[in-house]
Amino acid sequence: MSHATAEKADTAAKPVAHKKKVALSEGKRAERKLGWLLCAPAAITMLAVTGWPILYSILLSMQRFDLKFPDRTEWIWFDNYVTVLSSPYWWDAVWVTVLLTVFTVAIELVLGMALALIMHRALVGRGIVRTTSLIPYGIVTVVAAFSWRFAWTPGTGYLAEALGGDPVLTEKIPALLVVGLAEIWKTTPFMALLLMAGLALVPDDLLKAAAMDGASAWQRFIKITVPIMKPAILVALLFRTLDAFRIFDNLFVLTAGSQGTSSVSMLTYNNLIKGLNLGIGSTMSVLIFLMVALIAFIFIKLFGTAAPGSNDGGKR
Amino acid sequence: MAGIGGAETTGKKVGWGVLNTVVVIYALIPVLWIASLSFKSPATLADGNFIPREWSLENYKNIFATSEFTRALINSIGIAIIATVIAVVFGTMAAYAIARLDFPGKNLLVGVSLLIAMFPQVSLVSPLFEIERGLGLFDTWPGLILPYITFALPLAIYTLSAFFREIPWELEKAAKMDGATPGQAFRRVIAPLAAPGVFTTAILVFIFCWNDFLFAISLTSTEQSRTVPVALSFFTGSSQFEDPAGRSRRQPWSSRSRSSSSCCSSSAGSSPA
Amino acid sequence: MAEIVLDKVTKRYPDGALAVQEVDLEIADGEFVILVGPSGCGKSTTLNMIAGLEDITDGELRIGGQRVNERAPKDRDIAMVFQSYALYPHMTVKENMAFPLRLAKVDNATVERKVQEAADILDLTQHLDRKPSNLSGGQRQRVAMGRAIVRSPKAFLMDEPLSNLDAKLRVQMRTSVSRLQKQLGTTTVYVTHDQTEAMTLGDRVVVMRGGVVQQIGAPQFLYDQPANLFVAGFIGSPSMNFMPATLENGSLRSVLGDVTLTDRVRQLVEAAEGPREVIMGIRPEHFEDASLVEATALASGGKFTSQVDVLESMGSDKYAYFNLTGEQAASADLQELAADVGSDDVPGEGISLVTRLSSASGAVEGASADIWFDADKVQVFDPSTGRNLTYTER
Repeated sequence: MSHATAEKADTAAKPVAHKKKVALSEGKRAERKLGWLLCAPAAITMLAVTGWPILYSILLSMQRFDLKFPDRTEWIWFDNYVTVLSSPYWWDAVWVTVLLTVFTVAIELVLGMALALIMHRALVGRGIVRTTSLIPYGIVTVVAAFSWRFAWTPGTGYLAEALGGDPVLTEKIPALLVVGLAEIWKTTPFMALLLMAGLALVPDDLLKAAAMDGASAWQRFIKITVPIMKPAILVALLFRTLDAFRIFDNLFVLTAGSQGTSSVSMLTYNNLIKGLNLGIGSTMSVLIFLMVALIAFIFIKLFGTAAPGSNDGGKR
Repeated sequence: MAGIGGAETTGKKVGWGVLNTVVVIYALIPVLWIASLSFKSPATLADGNFIPREWSLENYKNIFATSEFTRALINSIGIAIIATVIAVVFGTMAAYAIARLDFPGKNLLVGVSLLIAMFPQVSLVSPLFEIERGLGLFDTWPGLILPYITFALPLAIYTLSAFFREIPWELEKAAKMDGATPGQAFRRVIAPLAAPGVFTTAILVFIFCWNDFLFAISLTSTEQSRTVPVALSFFTGSSQFEDPAGRSRRQPWSSRSRSSSSCCSSSAGSSPA
Repeated sequence: MAEIVLDKVTKRYPDGALAVQEVDLEIADGEFVILVGPSGCGKSTTLNMIAGLEDITDGELRIGGQRVNERAPKDRDIAMVFQSYALYPHMTVKENMAFPLRLAKVDNATVERKVQEAADILDLTQHLDRKPSNLSGGQRQRVAMGRAIVRSPKAFLMDEPLSNLDAKLRVQMRTSVSRLQKQLGTTTVYVTHDQTEAMTLGDRVVVMRGGVVQQIGAPQFLYDQPANLFVAGFIGSPSMNFMPATLENGSLRSVLGDVTLTDRVRQLVEAAEGPREVIMGIRPEHFEDASLVEATALASGGKFTSQVDVLESMGSDKYAYFNLTGEQAASADLQELAADVGSDDVPGEGISLVTRLSSASGAVEGASADIWFDADKVQVFDPSTGRNLTYTER
């Protein structure tokens, strides 16, 4: 700001009318320059760490590139894509991921809404509820996942005992249910937080007016609260969906992808870091990126431009 | 803030009390369970009881007895703090520009950071793995700090710009009228008001870095830069067939870590399954 | 203390919009000048330019004889009171008031003394250690004033400082602002959109519209001799009545009947050489119940009979509202005034007339009443330019 004023002072001192116009646009230019300068470090970091790797990832995905056989590296165009897309393991992982995403996000929405209402309206002990309900969100995912794993492990866990001691984590469907449960437990508070921000936007007077007009509590919720909260709900859904789609930590700890419980992230990790097949791993990365882009696109198309509003990031 | 037409009757209070209890139990059970496990002695570890029959600090003694855990703790804290500081500084600058200045490309920046927030991180793992190996960043602190900053920046920019928009900027004018230079106006009026927002953001970013598992397990291979979540995951063995109890699991883990330090690529290849 | 001179000061925004156009204003040392006008008239921009918060595109601003266009606000030695008060929420009342002095590196004892003095004047002594969030609106306003007066600046700038207060407190604070200014004798520029504040506070009032100064003068002069329709309609509450009229051989024909102009008015109108189709304006207090007017006066005025639509008794006098059939006066100025108060889309047929009658009047709501008006107080305006044809410098 001081910079801009000083510049203006210089030119304005000369008593020529058109010079002053230049000075004014220089002030504007100074603001732009400052804006760019301030944003540059953030923008450059983000681009450097994502931009080139994305391109590189696309390049890698078109090569046979296995670190176990580095001599056989060659350019094979789309053969990797053919390999991945015709692999039953890949499609299995896609279905597991989609199912987990759809079910966990749907349940999280319902539970998160309930939790948000409780946090928003509680007559007593609101502070305690708000604080404790953030614990699952704040705890390290890996730790929470271990808690669930031990709880379900026959012989050690209270939950496994309660259910008769069958080893749930060794069968596909029960294992997925457990993973879903862990995921829901962990991220419902996040959903509730986003929804609570939306709840706060519903004017109390509007609900009072609806009550005077004879609406029941349920009708007020469905006809007034939900429509006004719609943008917040969409943001929460979008973020949680994309987040759930990248599920990794919980699966890694709970099943490590065994018994056909791999998610796409898990499968990519296994190919890449365990299998050291950079070509196939990168192909999967590109495919995941495309799927996530598709989900985001569908969300924004379906629900209009309201979706990317204010948010506090989709991170757990 | 009572509900519509909600007289604060005892009945309602009891109802809320029950609801609150449900929420608290929901949130705390898994946490208490792992805490309870940590206090069990090796003998009773596998009894499946929710409350330890025999309290013991042996597990805590063991974990600090060797460098594995402490080293991971240092890595985690160091990496998270450095990444947080950088992300918050960069984020503050960008958020100030977004909230206060008008310049072309602003919306592009907001859009790009939104995209990054939604980005499937696993897609970056393969190229970063290869690039960092090439640059010698693999299995180093900067190798983790860089992706952490990148993925924390959207979070920081959004949270901070929301905070900055709430600051009554007329105060800046008022300070100028009171005789402050732009620097003084910032230091004595704006900075104290922005501090809580920056602090909150720093906590969020720190938790994010602290919590990360995917990058940490993919881009590290030795004690040198392994963070706590990764160390934990190796500590207990990677599948449920291994006995998660007692110190027996220490052996396979340390042997693995030794082999990995000798050859980084085969370390990742040594599948634990 | 110093005089402030605006010499053809202009503000043009980068997009070409002209916010303030060639304002010429000389504010004497110790004078209390009010900038008034509807929202968007450029009054706040003008104030911000004096403050240095906005750059001056063209023209020159002098404070105490020195050109200050290029000086930063802090080097102009003026204090400002904001509409939102702009109190620093993280500082106590005392710290807020001491802030300008601390910035000026005044020694502790002096700071202490000056803050104490200001607190005494403004009756804030017992609140000094509280934070602004714990104060009432009136107290916050006083703290904002206190922050302005502690360092005895050359001038005070006030940007609608009372508009966030409720009506009763506003009247009270108005008198204390006025008293404070007299007591300190500091040059003050005060921006408001409230014409009552403008009338009661200022030594002189500057009426602005669309970035252009309409008229500058003492409040009473603006009231008696508005330069144009806009000023006539803006100053005064309830505002002046307007209706279309025709000038014919020294008399005015309108819905109020024919009235013969007094010699004074006739000469002014003739000298002004306006059109024949005009807009006639009469203030509410220039009407009276015909039965209460002496016969001699009765002859020198106009008279009409109509049914009283609404009658409001204020105790000291009565307001009688009439709804007369006829075309409403049409002019850009009047439309803008109506838009400003938000009455431009209120459906209304005919001409509504507000009259202020003596409390002795026997007018009854719903019944017909004989009303007289003073022909010497009639003002005549050119509908196309808005110029007051009866304007005189006297």
